[in-house]
This record gives sequence, C-alpha cells and structure tokens, in this order.
Amino acid sequence: MPRGAVGPRGEFSWSKPTSMTGDKPKAIVEVADAKVSFGAVKALDGVTLAIRPGECVGLVGHNGAGKSTIVSVINGGLTPHQGSISADGDILAHYGINAARERGVRCVFQELSLCPNLTVVENTRILHRHLGGFGWRKRAKEVIERSLDAVFPGHGIASDRSVGELSIAERQMVEIAMAFSDAGVAPRLVILDEPTSSLDASLAEQMLTYVRHFVAAGGSVILISHILNEILSTASRIVVMKDGRIVADRPAADWTDQSLVEAMGSVVKGEAHRRATRDLAAAPVVIEQGGRGMPFRAKRGEIVGLAGLAGHGQTRMLMKLHAAKTSDWLPRRDLAVTFVAGDRRLNGVFELWSILKNLSIGSLGDLAKRGVVNAAAEAERGADWKRRIDIRTQDLANRILSLSGGNQQKVLFARALSTRAPVVLMDDPMRGVDVGTKQEVYEIVRQQAAGGRTFVWYSTEMEEVCLCDRVYVFREGAIVAELAGGAVTEENILAASFRGAEA
Amino acid sequence: MRMLDRVSRSPWIWSWLAAFVVWFATIMVTGGASTLDLSQAALTFAAFSIIVGIGQMFVITLGPGNVDLSVPSTMTLAGTVALKLMDVDNAMIVPGLVVAVLIGIGVGMLNYALIKALRIPPIIATLSVSFIVQSAAIWTNRGLRIKPPSFLADFTTANSFGLPNVAIIALIISIFAWFLLEKTVYGRWISAIGQSTPAAKMAGIPVDGTRFVTYVFCAVLASLAGYLLACFSGGAALNMGSEYLLMSIAVVVLGGTAVAGGDSNVPGIWGASLFMFLVVSMLNTYGLGAGIRLIMTGLIIISVIMLAGGRQPGAR
Repeated sequence: MPRGAVGPRGEFSWSKPTSMTGDKPKAIVEVADAKVSFGAVKALDGVTLAIRPGECVGLVGHNGAGKSTIVSVINGGLTPHQGSISADGDILAHYGINAARERGVRCVFQELSLCPNLTVVENTRILHRHLGGFGWRKRAKEVIERSLDAVFPGHGIASDRSVGELSIAERQMVEIAMAFSDAGVAPRLVILDEPTSSLDASLAEQMLTYVRHFVAAGGSVILISHILNEILSTASRIVVMKDGRIVADRPAADWTDQSLVEAMGSVVKGEAHRRATRDLAAAPVVIEQGGRGMPFRAKRGEIVGLAGLAGHGQTRMLMKLHAAKTSDWLPRRDLAVTFVAGDRRLNGVFELWSILKNLSIGSLGDLAKRGVVNAAAEAERGADWKRRIDIRTQDLANRILSLSGGNQQKVLFARALSTRAPVVLMDDPMRGVDVGTKQEVYEIVRQQAAGGRTFVWYSTEMEEVCLCDRVYVFREGAIVAELAGGAVTEENILAASFRGAEA
Repeated sequence: MRMLDRVSRSPWIWSWLAAFVVWFATIMVTGGASTLDLSQAALTFAAFSIIVGIGQMFVITLGPGNVDLSVPSTMTLAGTVALKLMDVDNAMIVPGLVVAVLIGIGVGMLNYALIKALRIPPIIATLSVSFIVQSAAIWTNRGLRIKPPSFLADFTTANSFGLPNVAIIALIISIFAWFLLEKTVYGRWISAIGQSTPAAKMAGIPVDGTRFVTYVFCAVLASLAGYLLACFSGGAALNMGSEYLLMSIAVVVLGGTAVAGGDSNVPGIWGASLFMFLVVSMLNTYGLGAGIRLIMTGLIIISVIMLAGGRQPGAR
C-alpha cells in the first residue's frame, strides 16, 4: 500500500489544523489546553486537539507521552484539571463517558474490555443500552454480526460463543467490531488504541481497509499504533506527542518513517550526563538468561538497561532473572539478586508496616542472629539509610503509607541497596518520582556500579536508559537488539523498538 | 492520656473488655460466691482454645484464603493415638507426647502438600485432609475409650499457684508465639507474606518454606491441644475436636487479628477465648433455654466484632 495514498484529503486545509473557521465542518470533539497531572507527573501539559468529521488522526509517541491520557479525556473517562472540551461547537461543562457515547464517541482499549463470561451477543447488549427490552438477543445478534461481517469479512466467529472461549485475536476483532457497530447511536468518532496488537497482518489490513472506508464516509478515527507503517498508510493527519505535549501535527503525507521516529525523540536534547564508557571486557559475567531472541548477559559492575515499548517482556525478564536466583523454599544467607519494584502497590510496599520494617525486610538475614532480629542493629541501619538517601519523615516508626510516593520509592531503593546482593534488578522504579529524587538515585546507582554492583534496569524513560552501559531492546517478548556504549542513543533505541523485527 | 489512647487503639483491648464485662455480669448474678471457681474454669477451658487458636492465627496471618480446617480431626487423632499408645502407663507419657507431635507434623505436611502440589485452595485442601485424618481416628479408636495415665489426668485437672496447669502451658506457648511473631525473622516473614505475597517474593522471602512451616506449626499445636484435652476429659472421644473448628477461627477474629492477613495478635486470643467460655457460662447462669443461649451467643459475638471493627489500625 503506497503511503499516504488514501484518506479523504483535499476538502480541508491542513495548514492550521486546530483552528476553526466558518466554512469547515465543526469538530466532533475539541479539547482545548487540557492539563492533567497525576501527582508530580504531568500527563498532559496543555494539549489542544480537534477531531473533525472525515479524518483519521494518527497519534504516536513513546510510552508515557500522554497518548492514553488524551484518549481518556476525549472519551470522557477523565476530566482534565484544566482546559475545556467542546463537541460540535458547543463548550460542554459536563462531559463524561455517557455524554461521549451519546455523541457517537467509541473507544477500543489496549486492555481488552469485554466480559469474558458472557457471550458476544450479551456483551453487545451491555454496550448498547438502547437494545434492551423483549427480544434483545435477536437485535444484538443482528447488530454485532452486521458489524463483524463489515469489518472482518469471513471472520468465522459465532456470536453465541462466550468471549472467554475466543482466542485473543478473535476477542480483539469482536471488540473492534463492537466499536463500529450501530444500534441507534451511530459511531462518529472511534478511538483505536493499539487495535492491531493481537491481529496478524491480513486481519490488520482488513481492519485498516475498513477504517479508510469509514473515514471516507465521513466518520472519524483516532488511531494509536506502535507500528508506524499502519499510521502512515491509514491516517490523514499525524500528531506526535511527547512529555504530555503535542510536538508536531502535520498531514500524513509530510511524514516519513524516519521523521516520525525523530519527532518522537527529545526535541531539546537533555544534558548528557552519561558517564564515561568503562572497559568491562575483563569483568566476569554475573547473571545470564537465555530465551527467545538474543541471550541476556550482565557483567560485574555493569549497568544494563532494558528498553523497548512497555509490556514487551522486560518485566517478565526481570522476574525470570529473580526467580532463577532465589528459592521459594529455603532462606539464603547470601542473596544473589535483589529487586526494586516499580509497581509499589503490587510488589513493593508492605502497607501495614512501618517505614523501618519495610526498609529492613530485604536484609533481615544480616540483622539477625539465630533468627532473632537485632532491634538495635535494625534501627541503626534504618537511620543510616534515612540519612544517605534523605527519606523525608520525622520517625521511621511511622507507617510507610504516610510517605509520599517518591519517598516510598526511596525506601524500596534502600531496601534493595542495603542488601549485600551483587545484582540489583530494577523494574521501572522511577515512575512518579520527582526530578530531585531521581538525580539522587542516579548518583547512588553510579557509585554502587563503580563499586562492583551490577544493575539491570528496566525503564520507560529514555533519559534513564541512556545512563546505562549497555541496553537490550525488547519487542514482543524477546530481545531484538543490543546497543552498547556510544550506540546507546534515543534514536537507535526508538528505531529498534519500532522496527526491531526487521532490524 | 497517651497511654489510654494507645491502649484504646490496640486491637486486643476489645476482646479483653468483653471478657471482663461478661465475667462481671456473671459474678453479679451469683453474688460473688463462685468467683474463683468461675475464673479457674474459664482459664482451664480457654486454655485449649488458646493453644488451637494461636496455631490458627499463624495460618490466618499468611493472608486471604489461608485457614486450617483440619484442626478438629488432628486434635481427635492425636488424642486417640496418644492415649492408645500410653495405655494408662505413666512411663509412656513422653513417647505419647512425641507421637502426638509427630501426628501434627504429618498432618501439617499433608496439608501443605495438597495446597502446593495440587494447587487446591487451603480451605478445600485442609478440609479434605480433615476427612482422611478423622477416618484414621475412627479406625484407631474403634469405639474404645482408654483412660489417660493417672499422672497426666491429675496434672491437667490440677492447679499450680492458683492457676490451672493447662492455662500455664497455654501461657508458655503464647509467650513463645509472641516471641516468634514480634522478634524473629520468621515472624516478619509471615506478616510480610500476609500483606502481599508478590512483594514478599520479590523481597527474597522463601514464601513456600515459610508457609509450609506455618501449616506444620498450626497442626502441631492442634495435636498438642488434642493430647491435653484427651487427658483432661478422661479419654479421647471422636467428636472431641469438633467444637474447635469454629472456635479456633472465632478467637482469632475476635482477638483482633486481621482476617485479611499480615497482622496478628497474641493477647487478643486470650481475651477472646475467655470471652467465648464466659458468654456461655453467663447465659447458663441466667438459666436461659438452649435455643435462646445460642442466639444470644451469636448476637454478642457479632456486637463485639462490630465494636472492634471500628478501630483505626495503628503503625506497627
């Protein structure tokens, strides 16, 4: 498919995509100057975006750029802390999921959102509240089958099967068909967030073809995909986001693969605080792991980064490394690995405990004699780390949840770093941590690596990945590229994570 | 004032308060005549619930879903086999005790083997083990009622320093359990696992080993309680453990241990066990019918749990 050959262009002027003049059709949804922040993180920092009838907007950006947040704002799931939303030219004071649905805004989520215990027909009924009443099964069946036939001709999915029995690809097909289905309220704007992630090439092409038809007939689509070719071939306009802002907004024809990758990278290059490349050739390998793709290997004193798009197997790799070096049955006197959680609530903090107990749990072996914890030694170590990484609290006996997220994260760092384990695994630990803390932790990591500790660091933040000596790039559960020394650059990592399979 | 504030926030205070109120209400009716008798009887009967309850508390501390339902049958089997082995002979007391403990270890291992190997939820696994163990008890017992050795029969029913001997044993076990929970690495581990198993795993805690030891510990305490109870009541009966199924869980919950895991409480077990016995004897003293008594017991337990549930957890 020749890039940029499709899409109903020409009727609009693309020079000022977000402005509105009288002769243009009114935007289905327009978000003006939206700001959203989660704690210290600015997820959206003044985004203005209008979606007009008959256009397919491609939305690209690295993880955490704010794509999902802007989508949530448009579909009504999230109210921006600042800024306005207007639909069909009217500014709306109250905009929510139901208001959005009534205006024909539909969304296909990255995480599949169908009820697995219900059949396809029953799921259709849930989505379309107008289908209720006597004989809804028949109506729902018609609605979903018409849509499935239109989007995926020859799909072979029986609508009376329960969703849990379907394969992941079939589930995604149903979800997409569901979004395009018409039962009373016609879809006008369909948001597709990574719709092809579980579809093979031919199904993806069927879907993209349908999207083009839909757009040509006057509908609108927001397409989010990490496969740049899909965006380039389908979208009429491409919006690039970075750090919660829109950094570029141009017609699809003006973009190339290369220019997109560049636009997603840093606009202003951050200060390069990469340390001097060290010679680690002679250092012994301390941990390795095989698997699909390239093997993983880390040497003594090395900082190894795991990069790539979120959820492409980096966390699984860390879990595998951890599981291989720990025992579920017997305590080990000399820990081989230690772990810093990124998802604090899931596998980080112990919520009922004090800060001190949370800190010392990793190194109780060193603080105990014959299984009895030495309270004095524990308190001393706690006070030592409180000072070293500046945990902001009056008293380490306070509950861990009394701390801010960043300080909780510091406690988790202290828990890991205070052990004697030679390898530290870090699962994107800087989520939601403020800049000051980050710099402090970077410094500690650097010092400890110089002292011979090995760090395996998964991060979704480019800046951090660029601090590493060597980086493995993940795609679809496997390591697809290895970058070392000077080759660890944002461009190379992005290129490998988006085109890893071919590279 | 701060002291009062601290005490009112301790989870165990409610069960103690309830036990005291009921105790007081009972001696008021009897005019204080049988105060000592009532207190000693309460301590004696509570001692068995305390020993079983502590084991159950360790298991419940492991987190949601963890419970040992094989407690009653373990008590029965341990009591039956130990009495049969001792056969009224004072010289066989120690071997009898050893066998009871071994039975506990065996049941605990079987419990965790089912939970782990077959991936059955603990509630089902321990219930199935319970049937096996109960059948074994029926098979060994065969309707015989063997008396305990005379020394043990005297010991378990006698007092030292005004305290029932079984209550002293329960106190020693309680102090040991408190020490395990509060001072040792193992205590930290079970609390950590109860709060978040994934976090415990990633903190390098040997999760399976710790859970295994805990299930074994619970079963050993149950078999110890069965051994003592059989001697106390003058012989093992096949239904001797049955009331301890709900009792062991009730005293844990009433005692202020978090049902969701991670936070356990030894003093609370004492308050709750005394309370459970005293409620029944209070209602007996009032001369109420059996039906009313059961309903009242239920209502009183619910009210205590509601009162205790309103507390704010403090830092640990």
